[in-house]
Amino acid sequence: MDNRGELRAMRTKQNVVIKGTKDGLTLHLNDRCSFDELLVELAEKMDVVGGQEHGSAIKVTVQAGNRYLLEEDIEVIKNLISQRRHLIVVGVKSNVMTMEEAVRWKEAGEIVSYTGRIRSGQVLEVPGDLLLIGDVNPGGTVKAGRNIFIVGLLKGIAHAGCYGDEQAVIAAGRMMPSQLRIAHYLNRAPDRYEEEESYEAECAYIDASNQIVIDRLQVLQHLRPDISTFKGGNYSG
Amino acid sequence: MGEAIVITSGKGGVGKTTTSANLGTALALQEKKVCLVDTDIGLRNLDVVMGLENRIIYDLVDVVEGRCKIHQALVKDKRFNDLLYLLPAAQTTDKSAVHPEQMKKLVDELKQDFDYILIDSPAGIEQGYKNAVAGADKAIVVTTPERSAVRDADRVIGLLEKEEGVEPPKLIVNRIRNHMMKEGDMLDVDEVATHLSIELIGIVADDDEVIKSSHQGHPIAHNPNSKVSIAYRNIARRILGESVPLQHLEDPKDGFLTKLKKFFGARSS
Repeated sequence: MDNRGELRAMRTKQNVVIKGTKDGLTLHLNDRCSFDELLVELAEKMDVVGGQEHGSAIKVTVQAGNRYLLEEDIEVIKNLISQRRHLIVVGVKSNVMTMEEAVRWKEAGEIVSYTGRIRSGQVLEVPGDLLLIGDVNPGGTVKAGRNIFIVGLLKGIAHAGCYGDEQAVIAAGRMMPSQLRIAHYLNRAPDRYEEEESYEAECAYIDASNQIVIDRLQVLQHLRPDISTFKGGNYSG
Repeated sequence: MGEAIVITSGKGGVGKTTTSANLGTALALQEKKVCLVDTDIGLRNLDVVMGLENRIIYDLVDVVEGRCKIHQALVKDKRFNDLLYLLPAAQTTDKSAVHPEQMKKLVDELKQDFDYILIDSPAGIEQGYKNAVAGADKAIVVTTPERSAVRDADRVIGLLEKEEGVEPPKLIVNRIRNHMMKEGDMLDVDEVATHLSIELIGIVADDDEVIKSSHQGHPIAHNPNSKVSIAYRNIARRILGESVPLQHLEDPKDGFLTKLKKFFGARSS
C-alpha cells in the first residue's frame, strides 16, 4: 500500500532541480529516473530558463548525483544546455566513477620508488610521483605524471608532469641534466658544466614567466606546498 | 664444465676483437683450455687477428645448420699444445642466419670440452649482439675513455643487467692515452668506472704494438715484455680469480725521468 504512495511521490518529484548560487546555476539531476526522462525534463526547464531575459551569460554546473555518466552522455547534457542563449556549462559532476578511472586516479596519486641506475637508452615512467634512489645516466630518461624526486645524480632527461601538469617539479640531489621537461615546457642544459658546479640538491619548476628555472630545494615548500602530504600534528622536537 | 664469457661494447672499434684474441691467448698461457667464438657473422676478423685465417674449413653457420660437427669447425692455434681453439664466423651469410637458441645450444656444447669460451660480439645491440649474449654466463664490456664509447657501454650494460643467466658485467677500459687523460682531454679511468658503476677488471694502454701484432696475426699477449701484454695477462689472472692490482699507467722510463727531474729540482714540462 505504501509502495503506491511512494510511486506517486516519485512521479511528482522533479527530475531536474535548479538552484541559484552566486556562481550561477546548479542543476541537480535525479539519479533514479531513466536518462531519457531526465533529458526531456531538462530540455523543458532549459527552455524556460533560456527564454527569460538575461543581461549576461549564466554559468551552469550540473550535479548528476549517483548516476554514472558516459562521455557521450555528458556531451548530450552539455549540448542541451549550451544550445540555449546565455547558458554556459562550466562542469558536469558525478559522485560515481568506474573502476578503471579509480585505479588511474589512485596511481596518479601514488609515489612510486625505484632503486637503481637509469642507464643510457632506458626509460622509467610512472603515472604519479617518482622517487628514484639512484642516478640517471646521460641518455637515460625518467618520466612522471607528477613530480620527480631523485636522490642521486641527474645527468639524463627528466620529464615531470608528462601528461600536462604544469605544477610538477623535479628535484635532484645533484642536478646536471641534459634536458629538463615539465608538462610541455623544455629546458636544455648548458653545453658544458663547470667542474665544481652544483653540489647541492636543487629543484626545477615552471615560474611565472613560463620558464623552467632551477633553484635551491628550500624554495619548494613555499612554491608548491601541496607536495607535503604530511598530515600529522606537529613535528616533534 | 667451463664458463662462457661474452665480450661486447655496443660501439664498434673499441677493441672487442683484440681483447678477445689477447684474453684467449693469455688464458691459454695459464694452461686453460680456451675456445674463441667469433659471432660477427658476415664481418669476421677474429681469425685474422689470431693469424688463423688460412686454416678455416667450416664455420659457425655450418655447425648450426648441421653441415659439420663442432670439432670439425674448430681451428687449433698451433702456438699452443691443444689449448686454444677458434670457432670462426661465417663470411658469406649475415647475422640473421643464427638464432639465440641455436647459439645457446652451441655454447653449452662447447662448455663440456673447454674451461673458457670467449664469445666475441659484433658491435651494436641487434641480432648479432643477442646471439653473442645468448649462451654467456658472464660478460665483459670493453670501452675506451671517450664519451661516445662510454655512452654505448652504458646502454649495453643496461641490456646485460636485464639478461637472465648473465652475471653482472665487468669493465675493461681500453686504449688509454695517459698524457691525454692527465690533460683532461679524455675521461679518466675513475670517471668511466664511477659513471658505469660496474666492477673494473682491467685497464689497457693505447700502444702501437697492439696494431702491429694484429697486423701480423700474432696476439701481443704472447710477448712477455710488453706492458699491454702484461695488462691482458693480468686480466686473465683476474678472470681466474686472482686479485692483481691495476697497472700503473705511467711509462716506467718516463716515471724514472720524472723522478730524476724532480730530484734535481727541475720542473717536468
